[in-house]
Amino acid sequence: CVLSFRICNVRQLMWASRCIEKWQESFEQAPMYVAVMTYLGFGIVTLFGYLRDFLRAVGLEKCHLAQEREEQKDFVPLYQDFENFYTRNLYMRVRDNWNRPICSLPGPVFDLMERVSDDYNWTFRLTGGTIHNAINMGSYNYLGFAENNADFLKTVADKTRQYGVGVGSTRQEIGNLGIHEELEQLVANFLRVESSMTFGMGFATNSMNIPALVGKGCLILSDELNHTSLILGARLSGALIRVFKHNNMHSLEKMLREAISSGQPRTHRPWKKILIMVEGIYSMEGSLVRLPEIVALKKKYKAYLYLDEAHSIGAVGPTGRGVTELFNVNPSDVDVMMGTFTKSFGAAGGYIAGKKELVDYLRSHSHSAVYATAMSPPVTEQIIRAMKCIMGKDGSTEGERIHKLAENTRYFRARLKEMGFIIYGNDDSPVVPILLYMPGKVVAFAREMLERKIGVVVVGFPATPITEARARFCLSAAHTKAMLNQVLHHMNEVGDHLCLKFSRLKYSSCPNLHDEKDFELGS
Amino acid sequence: MFMLLTHSQPCFFSFYTNNINMASGQQWVLVEMVQAFYEAPAYHLILEGILILWIIRLLFSKTYKLHETYRLTEKEKEDLIEEWQPEPLVPPVSKDHPSLSYDVVTGPPSHNIIINGKECINFASFNFLGLLDNERVKQKALASLKKYGVGTCGPRGFYGTFDVHLELESRLANFMKTEEAIIYSYGFATIASAIPAYSKRGDIIFVDEAACFSIQKGLQASRSFIKYFKHNDMEDLERLLKEQELEDHKNPRKARVTRKFIVVEGLYINTADICPLPELLKLKYKYKVRIFLEESMSFGVLGEHGRGVTEHFGVNIDDIDLISANMENAVASIGGFCCGRSFVIDHQRLSGQGYCFSASLPPMLAAAAIEALNIMEEDPDIFTVLREKCKHVYTALQGTPGLKLVGVQFAPALHLQLERSSGSRDSDMQLLRTIVEYVSPTRGVALTLARYLEKEERFLPSPSIRVVVTIEQTDQDIQKAVSCIQEAASAVLK
Repeated sequence: CVLSFRICNVRQLMWASRCIEKWQESFEQAPMYVAVMTYLGFGIVTLFGYLRDFLRAVGLEKCHLAQEREEQKDFVPLYQDFENFYTRNLYMRVRDNWNRPICSLPGPVFDLMERVSDDYNWTFRLTGGTIHNAINMGSYNYLGFAENNADFLKTVADKTRQYGVGVGSTRQEIGNLGIHEELEQLVANFLRVESSMTFGMGFATNSMNIPALVGKGCLILSDELNHTSLILGARLSGALIRVFKHNNMHSLEKMLREAISSGQPRTHRPWKKILIMVEGIYSMEGSLVRLPEIVALKKKYKAYLYLDEAHSIGAVGPTGRGVTELFNVNPSDVDVMMGTFTKSFGAAGGYIAGKKELVDYLRSHSHSAVYATAMSPPVTEQIIRAMKCIMGKDGSTEGERIHKLAENTRYFRARLKEMGFIIYGNDDSPVVPILLYMPGKVVAFAREMLERKIGVVVVGFPATPITEARARFCLSAAHTKAMLNQVLHHMNEVGDHLCLKFSRLKYSSCPNLHDEKDFELGS
Repeated sequence: MFMLLTHSQPCFFSFYTNNINMASGQQWVLVEMVQAFYEAPAYHLILEGILILWIIRLLFSKTYKLHETYRLTEKEKEDLIEEWQPEPLVPPVSKDHPSLSYDVVTGPPSHNIIINGKECINFASFNFLGLLDNERVKQKALASLKKYGVGTCGPRGFYGTFDVHLELESRLANFMKTEEAIIYSYGFATIASAIPAYSKRGDIIFVDEAACFSIQKGLQASRSFIKYFKHNDMEDLERLLKEQELEDHKNPRKARVTRKFIVVEGLYINTADICPLPELLKLKYKYKVRIFLEESMSFGVLGEHGRGVTEHFGVNIDDIDLISANMENAVASIGGFCCGRSFVIDHQRLSGQGYCFSASLPPMLAAAAIEALNIMEEDPDIFTVLREKCKHVYTALQGTPGLKLVGVQFAPALHLQLERSSGSRDSDMQLLRTIVEYVSPTRGVALTLARYLEKEERFLPSPSIRVVVTIEQTDQDIQKAVSCIQEAASAVLK
C-alpha cells in the first residue's frame, strides 16, 4: 500500500545518502615489523625449497612428483623447473587448505569430507569420515539461495522433469528455449534496463563478449585489481590495455586525458572507443567501486563503462539491485552491465544487460551465442525463482534477504574491528578480508579454524600481493546471529593464540547503526 | 675535441720538460711556463685557443629537449578532448539481420521438438545418444537437487569441490582408461583454458585449418606461434615440421626450451571427417611434438565402447598427451573434461583459468553426467546402433539434387553444402535458409543452418545445413527427413 511504498523510498534514500556521505573504506597499514617478518618467512621457506630441490636432485629425498613417460623423455620438457618452484616447494606443503571437498549443500553450515595425507600433502586420502555442520564462511552464498528445501525448489524440479538437464545446441541454432527468453525479460526488469542476454558461464561471459564489443584501435582502461576473466577478455579483444590504480579517480582521469589528447601510440590516430572496466565489489579487497565519480568522468570524456557486478548484484543496495541502486545512479548511465548468477542467486551463468541495441548486437555477434551451449533449464529456473523472490513477486517481502545480509555484514565487520583485526574494504561489502600477512600464520589460521569446525578461505601469493596474505570471509543472509557469534568467539581465541590482531586503531562499534528500524511502521 | 686536447697536452708537457730543466721531480715554475707559451708554435696556440672557445660556448649554450617541441599545451589538450568523438559502442544491427531472430523452442529439445509452435522431429540438436530426456538421468539429477541444491557457490579451490565432482572425475578417468581427468563447468572453456595452460609465448603450435572456434580462442590466449596446416593433410604438416626442425638446428639453445604441440580434433565439427591419428603419432615421435586431441564430437560416438577416436584406431591412449571433450553432445549434460596422464592433467588444477577462476559445475549436472556414463558403460551396443543410423542417413542423403553431403559415413553431425555456390556467401545462406524453412516447421523436420561468426573465423567454412543423427530416430523418421530435404532441394534449387 501507499504507506509502505513511501517507507521503502525513504529507506532507499537514507541508505544511499549514508553511503555517499560516509565513504567508509579502510586499508590500514600494518606495523613495519609485520612486513619484515613476512619477507623473512618467505625467505626461509624459499631457502628450504632450494635445499629440498638439491636433495631431490642428489637422490636423498624421494621425488613425489609425477614424471614424464619413458618414451617421451627426450621431448622438450613440458614444464620448466623454475616455473614450478613455487608450486613444488611452497604450495605443496600447505595445500590441504584449498580444494577441500564437501559432501553437502554449500549453505551456512556444511559437511566437510575428512581428508588426510600420509606423505606431507603430496597425495590425499579420504578417510570416509565427515566433519558435520561446520560453519561455512567461504562460499559465495550472499542471499542464502543455496538451499535444498523441496518446496522452494519445486519449480526447479518440475523443469528438470520436463526438460532434462542438457540443451545440446547453441542459442543461435536450436538451443534457444522459451525459458531463456523469460529469464532475459526478468533480468532486464530486475535491473531496470531495456534488455539483457544470459550466458551459461560467468567467466565466459566476460571472455567471450568483451572481444565482441571492442577490438583493435580501441582502448581499455582497466582497474588494477580486475578479475582474471576481465583481463582475459580484454587480451583476447586485441585492444590496448592500460591499468589505472585501484579506485583512484585521479589516475583514471589523467589517463583519459592523456589517451584522448595523444591518440593511439605511434600513429596518433584518434581512438575508436574507450572502455572503462571496473567491478562492483572487488572480491579480494572488499572495496566498492566509486560509481558516481566514474560515471561523471565517463560522461565528461565520452568513454564507455563496463561494470562487472559479479559479487555486488543481489548483495548490495536496499533491494539488491547492485551498486547502481546503492549509489542512486541511473542504470542507463552504465553502458554495459554485466553480472553473474553464481554468487547471489545460487545458480551458474552470467548476463549482460543494457540498451536494446547493445543486446541485439550481442545476440548476433557474441561468441557464446554462436558457439557455446545454452544455459541448462533447471539452472535457468533457479535463477528465475531466486530473482522473483528478491523482487518480492512470489509473496515474500522485497528486500528481506538483503536486509538480513546487510545486518550481518555491519555486525560482523564492527565486531572484528573492535577485536583489533585489520579488515580491508567498505563497511557495506559482504566480502570481509582479514589481513594475516605472514605465510605461516595464514596456514595456521586455516587449520586452527577447521579444528574448531569453521570453514574459512585463505588466499596468498599470487592472488594477493606477497606481503598481504589474507583470510576472506563471505557473509550470507542465511547466517544466524548465533553462528556469527560462534565464529567471532573462535576468531577472538585464535587471534590471541596466533597474535593476529595487528590493528593499531581504536575502534568502538557505534551504539546503533540501524536507522532504518525507526521507520518500520506496521508489522 | 677532448682527444685533441689530451693529445696536445702530452706534447706540451714533453716539449717543455725537454726544454726546461726540471729540478726535483715535476715542479712547475710559473715564469718558465710563460716562457714556454712564447716559444710554442703558432698552429698549436691557435688550435688550443679554438678548443677553449668551443668549450666556453658549449658550457653556456641553452640546452633543449627534443620532445618539448611535441608536448601539447593545456589548451590544445582541451580542444582535442572536446573534438574527439568515439564510435558508437555497438554498430547498429538491422532489424532483419538473420542472426537476430532466434527460433524459440518451447518444451525440451529432445527427439520431438516444438519449434516456433510446430512439432518436429529433431535433426539439429547434438543429442547423439538420446540421453537428453532419459528418465534415469533425470531421476539422478533430481536426487542430486534434493541433496545439494543447484549452484556450488564457489570455485574448486574454495569449497566448490563436491564429492560428485571427484566421483565424476574418477569415473571419466576409468572410462577413458587414463590416469586422471579434470572437469570444467562449460564446454567451450575446456579446450580454451587447457591450451594456454601448457603453451606460452615462444612455444609453437601446429593446428589443423578446420579447428573449431574454441580451439582458436585457446590459441589466441596462449600467445604462441601458430602454424596452420591444410586440413587432414599430413604432408603439409610434415613440411612445416621439417622447416621447424631446420630452424631448431640453427638455434639449438632456443630449441631446447621451445615446446611444440599439434592440436587436432577427433571428428571435426566443421567438416565432419576424422583425423588420421596413426600418421599423427608417427609424426609425433619422429619430430618430438606433443599431441592435444579435441574429442567433443567423437566421445561417446566412435570406438567399440564409445571412448572416441583412440579406440576407433586402436591407438594406445597414453600416446596422446591430452584429450579434451565437452559433455554437451553425447553425454547430454553441461561442461567439459580433459583426461590424460597425471603428469599432464594435474598442471591444469593450478593453471587452467576456466578451472581456477570460475565456479564449479553444478552438482545436479555432474550427477546427470555420471548416470549418462553408467548408461554408456552398461550398454555398449548403442554406439554400434548409432553408427548404423549414421551410415543409413549418409547413404540416403547421397544424390540430393543441388546439395552435397560433407563428412564421413560414421559421423553423427553431417553438413549439407550447395553443390554449386552462387558466388556470394549471403545468397548461399539465403538459399539454404529457404530450404531449412521449407522443411521445418511445415514438414515437421527440424534442421538448422550451421552458424559461424563470419568476421572472427580464421578459415570460414562454407555455408551448410547441419544434419544430426541421433539414436532415437527411427527408420521412418530418417525416411521422412530425407524425402523432405530432397523435395525442398529440388523445389528451391531448380
